[in-house]
Amino acid sequence: MSLSLAFDPLFRLPLLTGLLLALALPLLGAGLRLREQWLSSLGVAQAAAAGAVAGALLHGPLVLFALLGALLAGLVRFLTGETRNEHYAVMLLGGWAAVLLLATLGHHADLVATQLLNGQLYFTTATHLGGAAMLAAAVLAAGAWLSRRLLLGRLFPDHYGANQLPTWPHEIGFEVLVALGVVLGIGTMGVMATFAMMMVPPWVAFRLARGWRPAVLLAAGLGMAAFLAGFLLALGLDLPFGPALAAVLLLLVPLRLLPARFGA
Amino acid sequence: MVEARAGYARPVVGPVSFRIEPGEVLGLSGANGLGKTTLLRLITGTAVLHGGRVRRAPGLTVAHHRQRPERPPELPLTGQEVLRLAGAPVAPLPPRLEALGRRCLDEMSGGEFQLLHAWACLTGPARLVLLDEPTNNLDPDAIELLLAEIGRLDPGRAVLMVSHDAAFLAAACDRIVTPCP
Repeated sequence: MSLSLAFDPLFRLPLLTGLLLALALPLLGAGLRLREQWLSSLGVAQAAAAGAVAGALLHGPLVLFALLGALLAGLVRFLTGETRNEHYAVMLLGGWAAVLLLATLGHHADLVATQLLNGQLYFTTATHLGGAAMLAAAVLAAGAWLSRRLLLGRLFPDHYGANQLPTWPHEIGFEVLVALGVVLGIGTMGVMATFAMMMVPPWVAFRLARGWRPAVLLAAGLGMAAFLAGFLLALGLDLPFGPALAAVLLLLVPLRLLPARFGA
Repeated sequence: MVEARAGYARPVVGPVSFRIEPGEVLGLSGANGLGKTTLLRLITGTAVLHGGRVRRAPGLTVAHHRQRPERPPELPLTGQEVLRLAGAPVAPLPPRLEALGRRCLDEMSGGEFQLLHAWACLTGPARLVLLDEPTNNLDPDAIELLLAEIGRLDPGRAVLMVSHDAAFLAAACDRIVTPCP
């Protein structure tokens, strides 16, 4: 394939969908990193994939089943309180095993599992684009409110309990956004590329930025730049998109070695 | 608190009775393991009331400086952002806090972060400030800063603090209570 394909109307849909997700996923990843839950994005992604494969076996709507899987994982995380990386490891191993074992039970399930694990960006539909646009809009609209509440909960953990304030609006709101982001991510970019998009840009940005706002802006900027590079690389060299994106994101990691912070 | 017995799965302290009035600075002293921190946690809702009563003034707002405040390992938040988050003023600040305001949390020493966190709770809008061992890791100048700020406490606000630093408690508090195990 040649780079000129990037401007072909056929590829506009995946390009736009991916750009919107590349904006939203690093912002959600920043929230997970703030809460030291970054590994949970892979756990939720595997659980969502398992949900979708189960949906394929039951001839149900894949997106709905994937969302149920992601929300179930989010619910487990919410109910278990102080979850640790070990819990997320159990979640992702369980999800991964379920995906591959369920995939052996039917041809359609096997096809869905392969697509979710590898990504299928070039086969995105208008539904994916609409979902990604809604997710990006929701993340941007709720961003300041969510950030403040998540930061307060992290640095002043007794604030809500001591002042008899409810935590469920931001806890559940955040879980739902993460679940939606993961479902849209795995349905387009694939499981590992979604995880990389939620994990790497905030990891780099947290090291390089001075201030919360510069950090989330940098995370989103790095995510979008990496997506564009991965998209063009995959098209130009005829590579599978998911691994190409993950490889480009990993190239950002050495930026963490820069000696100075930037921002406010 | 009236005859309050506090703990977790079972009571670890009490019965304890005391009252904090606006403008007052009350200290809790005593040996390790006596349950002083548990009494603060009873107010924040993380410890369990096993008997007696805790009465809160209507509309009471609370800030809690934990014995070991939460400091995420790599968080690009500046000192000023922490103060704003707590609703504390970012200016004017003593020069020492002013300098911390521009630095990220992972660029601060343990003592500097301790000072910033205690300062944020103390100068924020909460009407009751709970300070658990606020002088941990602090040098004498930083302790003086906290003492001076406690001395300027708004008459509508109160402080309840736990400390093993007898000199600090004596200098800061109007009253000191020693709970029974």
